[in-house]
Amino acid sequence: MAEERRPKQCTVVLPTESMKAMAESIGVGQLQEESCAALSEEVSYRIKEIAQDALKFMHHGKRRKLTTSDIDHALKLKNVEPLYGFQSQEFIPFRFASGGGRELHFYEEKEVDLSDIINTPLPRVPLDVSLKAHWLSIEGVQPAIPENPPPAPKEQQKAESTEPLKVVKPGQEEEGSIQKGQGAISAEAKGKKEGLMRMKPRSTHELSVEQQLYYKEITEACVGSCEAKRAEALQSIATDPGLYQMLPRFSTFISEGVRVNVVQNNLALLIYLMRMVKALMDNPTLYLEKYLHELIPAVVTCIVSKQLCLRPDVDNHWALRDFAARLMAQSCKTFSTTTNNIQSRITKTFTKSWLDEKTQWTTRYGCIAGLSELGPDVIKTLILPRLTVEGARIKAVSEGPVVSNIDKIGADHVQSLLLKHCASVIAKTRPLPDNMEQYRADYGYLGPTLCSHVVKARAQAALQAQQVNRTTLTITQPRPTLTVSQSGIGGSGGSRSPSIIKVPSSLTLMSTRPGTPTQPSPPATKYIVMATSAGASSTQQVLDGSLVITLSSSSGSSVTSTVASATSTLQPLVKLESRAASGLGGSRPLQKYIVVSLPTSASSSLESKSGMLPPSSSSTSPISLEAGMKMDHTGCVPNGTLLPI
Amino acid sequence: MAAVQDGQLNLEVEKDIKTEITNDGSGNINANSSSPGSTSSGGKSKSPAGSGEDQQTLLAVLQFLKRNKLTESVDILRREAGLSADADDSPVSESAGAGSGGVPSVGADGGDANSLLSRVSIATPVAPPATAPPKVVAASGGEDQPDVNVVLSAYSQQGDPVLYPLYYNGLKKFIESVLDCHRAELSQVFYPLFVHMYLELVYNNHENEAKQFFEKFSGDQECYYEEDLRILSSMSKKEHMKGNETMLDFRTSKFVLRISRDSYQVSCLGKPEMSRSLWQLTITYRMLSYQLLKRHLQERQNNQIWNIIQEHLYIDIFDGMPRSKSQIDAMSGSLAGEGKRDANKAKVFYGLLKEPEIEVPLDDEDEEAENEEGKPKKKKPKKDSMGSKSKKQDPNAPQQTRIPLPELKDSDKLDKIMNMKEATKKIRLGPDNLPSICFYSFLNAYQGLTAVDFTDDSSLIAGGFADSTVRVWSVTPKKLRRVKSAADLSNIDKESDDVLERIMDEKTASESKILYGHSGPVYGISFSPDRNYLLSSSEDGTVRLWSLQTFTCLVGYKGHNYPVWDTQFSPYGYYFISGGHDRVARLWATDHYQPLRMFAGHLADITCTLFHPNSNYVATGSADRTIRLWDVLTGNCVRILTGHKGPIHSLAFSPNGKFMASGATDGRVLLWDVGHGLMVGELKGHTDTIYALKFSRDGEILASGSMDNTVKLWDTLKAFDDVELDDFTAATGHIHLPENSQELLLGTYMTKSTPVIHLHFTRRNLLLAAGAYNP
Repeated sequence: MAEERRPKQCTVVLPTESMKAMAESIGVGQLQEESCAALSEEVSYRIKEIAQDALKFMHHGKRRKLTTSDIDHALKLKNVEPLYGFQSQEFIPFRFASGGGRELHFYEEKEVDLSDIINTPLPRVPLDVSLKAHWLSIEGVQPAIPENPPPAPKEQQKAESTEPLKVVKPGQEEEGSIQKGQGAISAEAKGKKEGLMRMKPRSTHELSVEQQLYYKEITEACVGSCEAKRAEALQSIATDPGLYQMLPRFSTFISEGVRVNVVQNNLALLIYLMRMVKALMDNPTLYLEKYLHELIPAVVTCIVSKQLCLRPDVDNHWALRDFAARLMAQSCKTFSTTTNNIQSRITKTFTKSWLDEKTQWTTRYGCIAGLSELGPDVIKTLILPRLTVEGARIKAVSEGPVVSNIDKIGADHVQSLLLKHCASVIAKTRPLPDNMEQYRADYGYLGPTLCSHVVKARAQAALQAQQVNRTTLTITQPRPTLTVSQSGIGGSGGSRSPSIIKVPSSLTLMSTRPGTPTQPSPPATKYIVMATSAGASSTQQVLDGSLVITLSSSSGSSVTSTVASATSTLQPLVKLESRAASGLGGSRPLQKYIVVSLPTSASSSLESKSGMLPPSSSSTSPISLEAGMKMDHTGCVPNGTLLPI
Repeated sequence: MAAVQDGQLNLEVEKDIKTEITNDGSGNINANSSSPGSTSSGGKSKSPAGSGEDQQTLLAVLQFLKRNKLTESVDILRREAGLSADADDSPVSESAGAGSGGVPSVGADGGDANSLLSRVSIATPVAPPATAPPKVVAASGGEDQPDVNVVLSAYSQQGDPVLYPLYYNGLKKFIESVLDCHRAELSQVFYPLFVHMYLELVYNNHENEAKQFFEKFSGDQECYYEEDLRILSSMSKKEHMKGNETMLDFRTSKFVLRISRDSYQVSCLGKPEMSRSLWQLTITYRMLSYQLLKRHLQERQNNQIWNIIQEHLYIDIFDGMPRSKSQIDAMSGSLAGEGKRDANKAKVFYGLLKEPEIEVPLDDEDEEAENEEGKPKKKKPKKDSMGSKSKKQDPNAPQQTRIPLPELKDSDKLDKIMNMKEATKKIRLGPDNLPSICFYSFLNAYQGLTAVDFTDDSSLIAGGFADSTVRVWSVTPKKLRRVKSAADLSNIDKESDDVLERIMDEKTASESKILYGHSGPVYGISFSPDRNYLLSSSEDGTVRLWSLQTFTCLVGYKGHNYPVWDTQFSPYGYYFISGGHDRVARLWATDHYQPLRMFAGHLADITCTLFHPNSNYVATGSADRTIRLWDVLTGNCVRILTGHKGPIHSLAFSPNGKFMASGATDGRVLLWDVGHGLMVGELKGHTDTIYALKFSRDGEILASGSMDNTVKLWDTLKAFDDVELDDFTAATGHIHLPENSQELLLGTYMTKSTPVIHLHFTRRNLLLAAGAYNP
């Protein structure tokens, strides 16, 4: 009966049961098996025939989707009365029923009360067809306007950043010209390789006036005070297909913003910037590979920085660390390749600072969060073996002599974090039974609590397995959305239960003063530093207890990362431009900083207060991350450093 | 004498066969091993009787031919029979084969069928008379559709279904063993043979065998036949064959193969050592000896394959080198094989008509215009001489009055003048000077936009929609206005200068108008050249003519019973062409409610239609993957162009009428030389159906628009230059296509999820594109 003609062409025949069911539905009781088989074959053939005819109508309708009307027309072609009134709100309108040893799908036809239909308000009239003209090409060049698709699709961006020598279509505009160092080199290589290819002369890409306006609006909204606007701006970043050209600006904006605001301990702005990173990563048309050298340090800073807010005992900087850790994990997943090795470099970085005895609780928390987001394997190999040591440390803080409150909170958080992440992993890997004593022996101080957590996790998993009938434990992994809970007037800051961190939810900004989102303690001091540097040597400054990491990019060029902070008297937004003569190796670039005010104060000032710290290491080779990472434990760096002009 | 000769020959051959079969059997299937002995012994004993029988057969054939009034064949056959003693490698056969390949084959067919009738007494009394007519007329292309049952009955030969795979395998082995240069050509036989063997199995209710046969060999077929194979595979019962169009196509038309004489003779030479596969497709009398041989062999297998070849294949033999695989692939792919070479031999007057009537008033008008500008009147004689020189009659152009064309109205002349003026401002395009593209997006069309057209002067744009409406937009600031009602019109002062302005109803001015009237999706749309009318064709089977003065429907042309996929006005107006699901293209005149010509011959839906710039020819593209060019005057098909691997959805003539471009669902654009009936280029690059093609006003650039949301520009000057046409290729039509798509591609422009369904060059060479935005 089943006529498998061509395996790849999938010749399917309706089951005979369907024939029986159909026969019954029109009142034919006993249908013989043979007749069923004959019928089903015939019906299958006719259905295929109709489908093939319907395809014709689809082609002539200039569509890619087959519609029900195509089927109707195909039926009409065969002089068959079309199906009237077959429409459904649902995607698959069939219901399933079994009974009497048979399984059956049927189309549920409910009785409809006509008065209901009459009384329902009419739906909105759909918009009428309209005609709109735009330039697809002007003398062979496609203008970059919203009506046209973005000049470089994501695949091309990816190909460009991973295999820079292969791409570039002839006649297409050269895309990479805005990017710094690396791009220039690869573009040169392209030029050489394609020598005879017809290429447009390279032009330095300047953003059009509209793009500049857009950039200004977006960045202002992202770090501004209006949450609604910010949501809109982030939405735009996450969905707009035309941001490709602005990407370098955005990434610089973020990295410099983080640098400054870490110094300023401006938690809210850091959160906003991280949300921008998230939005950029979510944008399906962007491929961030080329900008990771700026974004990763910024993100890692937000994970492990010793201090992210002015009042560590009150503000929930833990949420930011979690959020940034998830971002980090996401970018590791997306961009880690065998050549750039992001994941292993990141892992090493975290591990190294975690192992350090002197590391503060905040950094310790960040490291653990960053590691545990990387997945159960990382937890298993790196965190579990150190549970005992970590437990002892926590014990020392919580049961030992009272040290500072901050340390105690930190230890609490680390403990709950460890419990949260380890429990699920242990629940999956460790065989039953869960013995309290055994746990204590294996994991030390944290053992008993861990044991109860594991038991809970197992119970939950079992429950879920029952409900869904398949193991979907991974679902519990929280989505990387940021839960910010802030308190303007020292509310619930002190004892934050781990549950707040844990709960994956859409963004909730708990603010005591609605309308204007609360800033952590001091009135808004926003420092946005813009740097456009052609990057020569990589310089790191570690200022004011913040942690800055520079990831030197693999093409040999690197980016200057600077940290600047201005005096608190200087309220306005700081725009910092560094222009560097392109040079390699040790030659120090000339840098110019312009401090511009964004708010109404309009006092544009230029300030240079203290000298720049010497470059700690000029990493010229694509070495691992930890070489460029330096952590400061002392936290006594002069305030208000700006770089020389 | 002849008989004796034949008998001897057969004996020789038989020996070869014997060895051959045993060889084969060892490697093949042992079921076969029993047959050679019995066959050979039987053959030997029968051979003298066989020769006598052959004589009878010959007579029967002659009778049959006479009955069917095939006197020519009768003559040939007689002559051949007389000469048969030394007819083996007769020069006659060659000349006959080269000269009129069709006729002898017909004779042979008849002979075969008849002999079968007399000898094997197959239970199909209807077969010979019924199968003969389609065969005879096959070449003319316009035969009536024979009754389905009669057609099907031709399949009712009783072969052992189990042996089919063996036959096929044997053939496959043979073809694989021949020289490389011949293999490609001979392998063309696989597909039609496969199809017909499968259909035979299905028809004779050997369902399982058919299934196995399909499974075993469908993988061998060329990938571009996949769609047909899919249809075939769904057909597993005799009942299914009735009414299946694809099946009918295979039955009623002969699959045309082109095989070089060389290969052909290899197959003939193959006879002694490889006579199992019996590749002796001798077209002349040699066949009879072959028949004799066949009968002696009593090998059913040969009958099967042979019958199929006889009945369903048309083998077009040419002199010269066998073609390479790529050459064959370029030309094959259509539903019924390649076009016959003689089908493309008719002369096509592809030149443009000269326009003498316009010239005088045009110059006058020009002068007037110049006078207004205050220029001296002196230039006039000069201009005239210039004009007459440039407008010299093109030797390739048809006679001016070959088909009657409408008289030019004053407004037409004015328009021509405008056209000329615009043309002087035209941008010269080239690889370094690409056109600008203006894209008209239809917003909120909800996947419903099915057809678009621009007027020649680019002032109006019309869209056909799936909701049965036709919408017309004005893309200039001039709004669309209706003519006033009859009552109001009577009040107008007809003597006033601005009467044309006065008859318009200012109140109705709007940017777009909707035309209601169809009762199904509108698939084709075309403006008349004078912008007064609009044609639309629809799923409801009608073509409607709309007035763009009153925005009402003037005529509904009924004739097509099925969806009309496309319609197109003649470049001179008055005539128009329509084609649809009923496979017939109809030529209409706007003032006749019945078609003037019906162009029948396509084997599947006509998907697109186009007038030649000189209005004497009509091109139709079809879902049978061929393009046909029809002569409007005679109604004959003058070109059959094969090479596409999918239904053709767009056509374009170059402005000089010499070349044609076609685009299909396979995403390839093919370029054709209309005069020679040759494929001259292949443009690869699109990834989806090409719905729009247009040459620039000077023909230097071809623009193509596709479902894959791109507009591509191609350098056609270079494409046509690159093709060298020597006499041989011109004669045989076997051309080496240069692989230069990438060099010819001048630009690719992505749209934002908007399939491009129409393209149009303005008179100044600005490219307009249109499509519906599908978010």
